Amino acid sequence: MFEQLDATLLARFQFAFTVSFHIIFPAFSIGLASYLAVLEGLWLWTKDEVYFALFNFWKTIFALAFGMGVVSGIVMSYQFGTNWSVFSDKAGPVIGPLMGYEVMTAFFLEAGFLGVMLFGLNRVGPKLHFFATLMVAVGTLISATWILAANSWMQTPAGFSVNEAGQFVPTDWWAVIFNPSFPYRLVHMVLAAYLTTALVVGAVGAYHLLRGDAPKRAKKMFSMAMWMAAIVAPIQIFAGDMHGLNTLEHQPVKVMAMEGHYQSHPDGAPLILFGIPNSAAQRVDYAIEIPKLSSLILKHDLNAPLAGLDTVPKELQPPVAVVFWSFRIMVAIGFAMLGLGLWSLWCRWRGTLGENRWLHRAAVLMGPAGFVAVLAGWVTTEVGRQPYTVYGHLLTAQSVAPIGAPAVATSLIAFIVVYFFVFGAGTFYILRLMGRLPRDPIPDLTEGPIRSSGITPAAAHASRSHHHGA
Amino acid sequence: MVLDLPFIWAAIIAFAVLAYVILDGFDLGVGILFPFFKEKHDRDVMMNSVAPVWDGNETWLVLGGGGLMAVFPLAYATILPALYMPLILMLLGLIFRGVAFEYRWRTRRGEFLWDIAFAGGSMVAAFTQGVALGALVQGIPAEDRAYAGGWWDWLTPFSIATGLALVIGYALLGATWLVMKTSGDLAARARGYALKAGVGTLAAMGVFSLWTPFLEPLYFERWFGWPTLIFSLLVPLLVLGCFTLLVHGLSTKHDSRPFLAALGLFVLGFAGIGISFYPYIVPASLTIWQAAAPDESLSFLLVGALVLVPVILAYTAYAYWVFRGKVDPEEGYH
Ligand code: HDD
Ligand code: HEM
Ligand code: HEM
Repeated sequence: MFEQLDATLLARFQFAFTVSFHIIFPAFSIGLASYLAVLEGLWLWTKDEVYFALFNFWKTIFALAFGMGVVSGIVMSYQFGTNWSVFSDKAGPVIGPLMGYEVMTAFFLEAGFLGVMLFGLNRVGPKLHFFATLMVAVGTLISATWILAANSWMQTPAGFSVNEAGQFVPTDWWAVIFNPSFPYRLVHMVLAAYLTTALVVGAVGAYHLLRGDAPKRAKKMFSMAMWMAAIVAPIQIFAGDMHGLNTLEHQPVKVMAMEGHYQSHPDGAPLILFGIPNSAAQRVDYAIEIPKLSSLILKHDLNAPLAGLDTVPKELQPPVAVVFWSFRIMVAIGFAMLGLGLWSLWCRWRGTLGENRWLHRAAVLMGPAGFVAVLAGWVTTEVGRQPYTVYGHLLTAQSVAPIGAPAVATSLIAFIVVYFFVFGAGTFYILRLMGRLPRDPIPDLTEGPIRSSGITPAAAHASRSHHHGA
Repeated sequence: MVLDLPFIWAAIIAFAVLAYVILDGFDLGVGILFPFFKEKHDRDVMMNSVAPVWDGNETWLVLGGGGLMAVFPLAYATILPALYMPLILMLLGLIFRGVAFEYRWRTRRGEFLWDIAFAGGSMVAAFTQGVALGALVQGIPAEDRAYAGGWWDWLTPFSIATGLALVIGYALLGATWLVMKTSGDLAARARGYALKAGVGTLAAMGVFSLWTPFLEPLYFERWFGWPTLIFSLLVPLLVLGCFTLLVHGLSTKHDSRPFLAALGLFVLGFAGIGISFYPYIVPASLTIWQAAAPDESLSFLLVGALVLVPVILAYTAYAYWVFRGKVDPEEGYH
């Protein structure tokens, strides 16, 4: 009995660990693929070499991030079977085909055209090459669509019945795919990927503006990124709000945990800004709260009643503290992004976008913020639906494979060691590439996109002076 | 034999696995041969010969695995826990070699590390895939919709042997790929390795064929029963034919012939295994009908597969076409 419990917990750790690493790369490569398509499109359209130089700069970084996304993703697709075999047997008939479509419509498309995009410019010419870049970008978006349909179905299952073997049998594919939370999750996640990428691009641009080594290209990417932040951050906050209202409708218990509402409030619930959730005592200690605001946000009525966790048996409550905090981290970062976007608009209007060093420093600081928000968001979503894997129908404890704890523990340790080593090295290489932006070329002398082998002298020179980027 | 949904899907999954084995087989093989080529320049060319296509090749593994979950969820839920350890090792091996494609060009000092990662990861992946195959052929016990064996059941002399055999087989694919894609001294040395690996592969196929029928009464019946006996007699002849083609291609410098011959060997071996298995998907425990997902799932995905797989094959072929011919040592964005 105890052994089984341990194996479940270890399997959860393993899934959380591997998927958290995985999502970091898609969050970046979805956004970067689209950015690359935009850059190449602008280059073909305007013939301005700045765009082509930026395209080549980010292409190399993309190749690294994409490679890491691929290998960490392959691990995910086998984890369902190795660690969650009972879940796979039961839910496979529903989410399996969704992932099957993901492979056939997205992964092959990305992989097939990636080679042409990275290596093929001289062989196919700019027009076909642009087409390949577009296919890669479209592929990442299609991939996000299917996998989020699968995940959303697990959150808000619809369109199925259960057969005598306990398997979920799809009865209406349309309802399965367009399950109640899918549109919200898709929009929120794709915007998250775009924002994450915008902040990284903005940070790299700002870093080089601060150093002053390639003002033309640095300013171009900084400006593009700040437009994204200024436009997308408010949309994301709006989308997040809609997403929350949808969750209130379909997974109210999750919202109770996000809000820290242990008690029901029959006449208007307060918004708890900060506090320390105490599940043992079923209350939030040291709460700082604004009366009735939660009811206003969630129900658009100051006095609307809101049920609390006291209406839910304790064994069906998610771990409140994790959800409570991760949600606040995400929201805080969302507002910080909005702030950065507005500040950049102000500077742009004043004509100081390329000079304001405090803005640049802030942008560098915010570089990794998107990743933190993405992880915090996923933790809110996934921990908040515990103790279920298929919400309301299949408990996590009933999903796990019949594997001994020692086997799971060994593989977990192996994953941790390998991931930190491999992805640590990759992150280091990416940062180093970001830190090397060869000086702006002399007019009429474009940089060669092709390197014959290894590292160009200019890059080798730059690497000596600084090893870290944004 | 009935042409129903589970049968069609078994054929599609078999096709995906075969596509994976021969496509990723040659790029894993290039990794396996890495230690035999010490020159940096040779290694650069070897890696560049597969860099544009390896990701697509590996995607067939995702289709094989993900497809299994979709259409034979019970088989997926039985086989993966049974092969827990070899599969985790395979994934780790694939991580190391996958990232090496990019990392290797990003550092001078650490280059040797990623050379080791590339070669070691390729070998581990190839070996564990062979072990997994051997363990599957041996049979996997299942009860109450779950794996019912122990944690070390996969580890037997037979599975170790199949692991080694697959390393040699992939080395053959890799060597013949290099014969086809490279020139000069590199290609000349690849010819030598192709011949050695070819002999090794032939021997391994012989051992495997003599060993398998005695593992399971089912296989014995298949191999020596009627009408499958025809096949048992025909296959060795075809195998010898492919081998002759291989040797001939190597000695007359018809550079794409050895690769095609090596593909032929793999297709024949794969067909042999398929014939022994049928109609089981988890040998001796689950038939394809027992493991199949409900028809609603099978038909939904089939519609897509019938349209998409040909499209995928078309643009994959296009990608290979773009990078056709011998690798130009001066090219590549690296
Ligand atoms: C919102 C987007 C998103 C999410 C939630 C996930 N993925 Fe992912 N995945 C992608 C977006 C993505 C991508 C953008 O399409 C990647 C990233 C880099 C890449 O190569 O494609 C990818 C790669 C990728 C690959 C490698 C594909 C290849 O060979 O080219 C696999 C097998 C998976 N993923 C599987 C999974 C599984 C099983 C997940 C759930 C547990 C998962 N992904 C979550
Ligand atoms: C990619 C971003 C994702 C992240 C960061 C993430 C994170 C997590 C975390 C932290 C848990 C553990 C929850 C707990 O144990 O309390 C979990 C569980 C789980 N998630 Fe996700 N998840 C992601 C996406 C997905 C997707 C796309 C799927 C399915 C298609 C999925 C399926 C599962 C399953 C099956 C579990 C079960 C294990 C469990 O509940 O502990 N996740 N995830
Ligand atoms: C202040 C603004 C924001 C609000 C109100 C908000 C709201 C939410 C809510 C309610 C959820 C949980 C949905 C559920 O599982 O039921 C969620 C999840 C998530 N959030 Fe946010 N969010 C905000 C900002 C951000 C930002 C800035 C990012 C990233 C750049 C982000 C990334 C995510 C991700 C990746 C998830 C998990 C996937 C999903 O469920 O869509 N969020 N958000």
